[in-house]
Amino acid sequence: MTAPSDATALAPILSAAVAEDSNGSPITPGLIAHRGGPVNGTADTLAVQFGEAVLRTEVVWGETTVYLRADMLHAAVRWLHDTPSERYDYLVDITAVEYRDADRPLEVVWHLRALQRRRFLRLKVELVKRQPLVVDSIIDIYSGADWLERECYDMFGIRFDGHPDLRRILMWDTYREGFPLRKDFPLRGRFSRAEQLKQALAADPEARYSVNELSIAEAFDSLPEDMKRRIAARDETARDNAAAEFDA
Amino acid sequence: MPTNDARLVTVDPAAQDGWVATRLDFLVNWARAGSLWPMPFGTACCAIEFMATAASRFDLARFGMERLSYSPRQADVLICAGRVPLKLAPVLRRIYQQMPQPKWVISMGACASTGGMFDNYAVVQGIDTIIPVDVYVPGCPPRPEALIHGIIMLQKKVMQERLKDRELHVEMEPDPTSQLYIPPSRIDELSEPFGNSVHQTRSAP
Repeated sequence: MTAPSDATALAPILSAAVAEDSNGSPITPGLIAHRGGPVNGTADTLAVQFGEAVLRTEVVWGETTVYLRADMLHAAVRWLHDTPSERYDYLVDITAVEYRDADRPLEVVWHLRALQRRRFLRLKVELVKRQPLVVDSIIDIYSGADWLERECYDMFGIRFDGHPDLRRILMWDTYREGFPLRKDFPLRGRFSRAEQLKQALAADPEARYSVNELSIAEAFDSLPEDMKRRIAARDETARDNAAAEFDA
Repeated sequence: MPTNDARLVTVDPAAQDGWVATRLDFLVNWARAGSLWPMPFGTACCAIEFMATAASRFDLARFGMERLSYSPRQADVLICAGRVPLKLAPVLRRIYQQMPQPKWVISMGACASTGGMFDNYAVVQGIDTIIPVDVYVPGCPPRPEALIHGIIMLQKKVMQERLKDRELHVEMEPDPTSQLYIPPSRIDELSEPFGNSVHQTRSAP
């Protein structure tokens, strides 16, 4: 996919990005300061491009963090992904941080990597508590954001606007105790053990199975009778009603 | 004096080598205990030790268990090796219900038996709150010798069963509304925090 001409065009960028020893092997940088140090050049171009939407920039352990305004996040990620000079082609992770200090806002974190340029960039958006925790989904830019955003929603209750299928991923669909990684969530959960077990046993492990999802459409006839019955009896509308009730 | 009547069984008292007299109980139990087919339900590191037990060094085949059954419908023993998240509870329950009687359950390791160190919102505090358990194997994870000890204990238990005992091998019937098979108060009592975990309930204001 990479044409030779492309590789030669990249050579000066790569040589600037990575320290090498006399044999040409990359050197792991040592003595990195906890705070401060060289800033990823993307931070400055982002500030030029988006102006006031870039709130501030931090460098911690040699990694650059850019704080963005929530409403400009999607545009910034789109720009980072599409601009030829940036090419952040790999979404490493989406997660969130809540601090014990109740007044501190909740942070949503995106880790981006430009594989060919060997650059790492961390984006953060601060969400004030006691307001709706909503940010834009970037699933239209990185398809891999699908499950990452679902996990972030499942654990922190942050809604990703524009995600086509935002529902729980680690806990089961009908989980009602809240969002486990929030600081106000007790370690053992809110309900008694018996109640938790009762609700867990009531959950249908096959609730989201469909013939298409399982890729067993062609093997449907050879399934055991009881499984065929369960899948056939599954009513799409009933499931949607249950999901709507849960959202309400 | 030989007779030609086909309805009669003739016994030659001089040749008794082909005859063994025994209790039917003993014969059935001996057959069952010698060919327990395990259904491995491995969810964590205990499953690694279980694999070591099944492999040639510890050789589970010595106890008639070399045939691991990956379908519950052909299994006798459910070996639950590892922690069971609450999300997996209905799966474990269904697998147990799919096994035909007679069936037994070995709970392998601290997490399967009590929840272990995972006294949190996500993990079942002992699989005996979901399904009946015959043998608990302690350890984190248990060494293969410990699992084999548990298996031998189960074999002894099987050898003591009586066919006329109607209490044995009755399919459990969970409460239709709560799906629990033991009272909720008992479950809460069983899964009370203990040890260090009593200090872990605090959360941020």
